[in-house]
Amino acid sequence: MFSDLLAQHFVHTALEAGAVVAVVSGAIGIFVVTRGASFAVHAISELGFTGAAGALVVGIDPIIGMIGGSLLVGLVLGVLSLRGRERDSAIGAVLAFGLGLGVLFLSLYHGYATQATNLLFGSIVGVSDRQLLELSLVSLVVVAGLAMLYRPLLFASIDPEVAAARGVPLPALSVAVFLLLALTTAEAIQVVGVLLVLTLVITPAAAAQRLTARPLLALALGIAIALVSTEGGILLSLEKSWPTSFFISAVSFAFYVAARVYDRLR
Amino acid sequence: MSVVSVERLGLRFGERVLWDDLTFELERHEFLAVLGPNGTGKTSLLRILLGLLQPTSGRALVDGRPPAELRARIGYVPQQRVFDRDVSFRGRDLVRFGLDGHRFGIGRLARADRARIDRVLDDVGATTYGDAPVGRLSGGEQQRLRIAQALVADPTLILADEPLLSLDLGYQQVITSLLDERRRRAGTPVIFVTHDINPVLGLVDRVLYLAPGAWATGTPDEVLTSETLSELYRTDVDVLRVRGRVVVVGTPDDQHVHHVDHAH
Repeated sequence: MFSDLLAQHFVHTALEAGAVVAVVSGAIGIFVVTRGASFAVHAISELGFTGAAGALVVGIDPIIGMIGGSLLVGLVLGVLSLRGRERDSAIGAVLAFGLGLGVLFLSLYHGYATQATNLLFGSIVGVSDRQLLELSLVSLVVVAGLAMLYRPLLFASIDPEVAAARGVPLPALSVAVFLLLALTTAEAIQVVGVLLVLTLVITPAAAAQRLTARPLLALALGIAIALVSTEGGILLSLEKSWPTSFFISAVSFAFYVAARVYDRLR
Repeated sequence: MSVVSVERLGLRFGERVLWDDLTFELERHEFLAVLGPNGTGKTSLLRILLGLLQPTSGRALVDGRPPAELRARIGYVPQQRVFDRDVSFRGRDLVRFGLDGHRFGIGRLARADRARIDRVLDDVGATTYGDAPVGRLSGGEQQRLRIAQALVADPTLILADEPLLSLDLGYQQVITSLLDERRRRAGTPVIFVTHDINPVLGLVDRVLYLAPGAWATGTPDEVLTSETLSELYRTDVDVLRVRGRVVVVGTPDDQHVHHVDHAH
């Protein structure tokens, strides 16, 4: 039965989409973890959900709504570029209200409930060829953006005072990274759903950073762990019909725990 | 030609005037200590010299040019701030950023640059922990790396903002002697913002003392006197020399007496 499924076109598409999303998520995750912006990822994804739910109500493509919602939050967070406690509480407040709106939109929406469920928990096996193409194009934009901003972005995340002294434009970088993050989040939502975006954007990067202090190696490991988690999760869900996103989160969490143990023991 | 020339520099925030005619020059090989209580614009002066803050009037030139044009040649040592234990990058990454962190792209490190980073790590005595995660190092070790970061791009000027804060005495000496060595060997002048002159008293050629609404510059013996400081503060201030240390008594905040870890 397993090999039969593997021959199916939708399974191939799912694996390809998973790979594309894993690469961008794992890559941007390193910058997010270095900046200490995990909570912002959560906010962006939940408000992506609000955008998608709003789109469902007015009858447009929920993915458009989702990208719109994520980009808006990404832009606001980038422009404010708050730090520390203030950022934490501001994000919490915005996130709570955004979710409330999402709940309202869902109650106003009288279509198929599955679309809403897919948003929350992901629907990788439902990805069409066209969506795969869209995912790939967006990923190319994000990866190109990250490659271009690599050095100043790490510099600004690790050492903002000296970076500013060397002329690195911190506010512009902040906006850029949050916009790229919003695009990545909108992608990851389609694979693992709103509630589990962190499992692709944060967990692999956090694991990678416990394995090495070399920035480029951490980047490569983060991408590798995200890839193995996603593809492994999809394959496991073919074998046993539990939700794909559960398996993806389980594999990436296993990597995280193992990495922490390794870090403690060495 | 002077490395730094500050001409009738004025800075005000709203109604508050910090200074309106600050003027001084800094030559090669010179070590200038910037002293004064909080809120007199010590850090703002550094920000102007980095081209990050526009003065209200006057101008500051580094090597005869506006500072924003040669930021990459200004070595900057920020206030000592310990990195989180969890941060995941190495000492040599921190140092490397001083060389090319402001450039776009991932950037492969050329052989010459790698050698340069090794050399500067060796200069500051950080070779043994250059590959260790920065978060695991002590505050003093981290500050050595910051000196290496400031030196790696072969700067024409070094700006240091309270680099000794919360370091123990041994490390204070290490950090100041590293800066001293650099200006002796390469002639790179140093502007050193500090609330306590004593750790650098033996090195300082000149002092710029910023007081609320007034300033003075000259050798330590000229500026750190009861007469000069009383005039600056417009009240009776006593400057005492005790066992080779300078103790200032009677300033509104008595900062030199309780100089241990003033919160900023």
